[in-house]
Amino acid sequence: MNDEAATLALADRIEDLVRKDGGRLLSVLIAILRDFQLAEDSFQDALESALTNWSRSGMPASPPAWLMRTARRKAIDRIRRAANFRSKSKELEALIKLDAEAEAHEAEPIADERLKLIFTCCHPALDRMTSVALALRSICGLKTEEIARAYVVTPDALAQRLVRARHKIAKAGIAYEVPGADAWNERLNAVLSVIYLIFNEGYAASSERHLRVDLCDEAIRLGRLLTELMPQEPEAEGLLALMLLHHARSRARLDTNGNLVTLEEQDRSIWNRSAIGEGSALLVKALRRGRPGAYQLQAAIAAVHAEAPSFAETDWREIALIYDALISVQPNPVFELNRIVALSYADGPAAALARLPAVAEALKDYQPFHAVRADLLSRIGDEASAREAYDLAIERSGTDAERNYLEHRRDRLAGNVEPAG
Amino acid sequence: MEISVKYMALIYSDPSTVPAYGSAAFGPFMAAYQAANERFIKDGVLVAGEALENSSTATTLKVRNGKPETLDGPFAESKEQLGGFYIFDCASLDDALRYAAMIPTAATGSVEVRPIQNVPR
Repeated sequence: MNDEAATLALADRIEDLVRKDGGRLLSVLIAILRDFQLAEDSFQDALESALTNWSRSGMPASPPAWLMRTARRKAIDRIRRAANFRSKSKELEALIKLDAEAEAHEAEPIADERLKLIFTCCHPALDRMTSVALALRSICGLKTEEIARAYVVTPDALAQRLVRARHKIAKAGIAYEVPGADAWNERLNAVLSVIYLIFNEGYAASSERHLRVDLCDEAIRLGRLLTELMPQEPEAEGLLALMLLHHARSRARLDTNGNLVTLEEQDRSIWNRSAIGEGSALLVKALRRGRPGAYQLQAAIAAVHAEAPSFAETDWREIALIYDALISVQPNPVFELNRIVALSYADGPAAALARLPAVAEALKDYQPFHAVRADLLSRIGDEASAREAYDLAIERSGTDAERNYLEHRRDRLAGNVEPAG
Repeated sequence: MEISVKYMALIYSDPSTVPAYGSAAFGPFMAAYQAANERFIKDGVLVAGEALENSSTATTLKVRNGKPETLDGPFAESKEQLGGFYIFDCASLDDALRYAAMIPTAATGSVEVRPIQNVPR
């Protein structure tokens, strides 16, 4: 192997190390330094230093311990170089002392402060997209360029956003801690919503963009981490179960041309049975804790679908009942719409159509509302109204895959003399 | 290590939603502020807090090319106007937000919470 190839191989190894241990190392560094940006910068310094040193003298006995030690010293250097270091001399002294002590304990495993890191990155005072970027960067160890590509923004813009966020965390006094009981539900919900946002972006983007980074996998990884770090939390288990159950169907969701395949038409034999098994088992465990919540209930719906042998044999009444429970814990017109869809298979399309006006105003700009209405109208034989409803849905489509699918459905309606478009 | 930060809570509201002196809603409105103030004092977080006169009494000033220019009223036209403020001394943003949520006007208008710059002296 020539030198260049060896450097590339080492860079890959370091990248893997960051993906595996980066979040934990960074979480401990922030706890020591009490400064998110300084920790991040010092960690990057340590990674650069690793590339030079390890290519020269080989891998150290414990690469994570080496990185921690180097990052601590890089932080000391950075504080010394900083213009205002006089005001930080106390911190500097403490850090040097800590560095000396840490060396004596190097053989011990490195602590894990990732739960604090997660709650900080997903603090409700941060913009949701900012939390998403921070979580992927700091906890998952993704590169800024990878995240920027996944969200179709420039790397510079994303880097700016991350710097601003770390600045706000420091200046606004967002505490580096796991919240107490009084704020628990609100803060946990913020964390869960950030993870689910990452998952949904991955789910929506899968047909449009071919990415090396799979956001669904990253969200599932975060979900797994969360259930490890807080093993008693049923909603964290519910979210992980929900993501596993959805992701199990991902291979069947698109045909070879990248077109969406509906649940009804999906080839159930290619659903990932082991993911379904894991998701269902996790859901049962969560529900046994007797504290149901919105993620557990959504996972329960996904589980009924996943376990149904076919679309026709799905227990639609059960699904409608779970939607009732879901709406009572989290009122939401989209859940109402889904409940109406379930009832259309249990009670027939005419009864379902009669229920639609209740959500029409809230969902008038929501593509699936018009698609559902079109489908129900075509099922009762009102082809003309169905066609109009499909047109409204097509106008509101966000992706080509959606648009193609809806146009296909519209053009398949009986009595179509000439396919439009 | 206890870190304490001073936070400014800027209270914005639509003036038409603030109960007028002498109206039926005025008494309960003031009582709610009284209760909030007592809580802030009891918890030792209150540094300062004042209500401002109506924004129609404001004068906006800018100095351009060394020359002061004044304008009658607030600079930006918006429905919600700055009506008062508090300064809290808190250990974290979460604490500051918890106290800001006790400001009665938060239920009808909005409260902007910002850390006050900590300049080393």
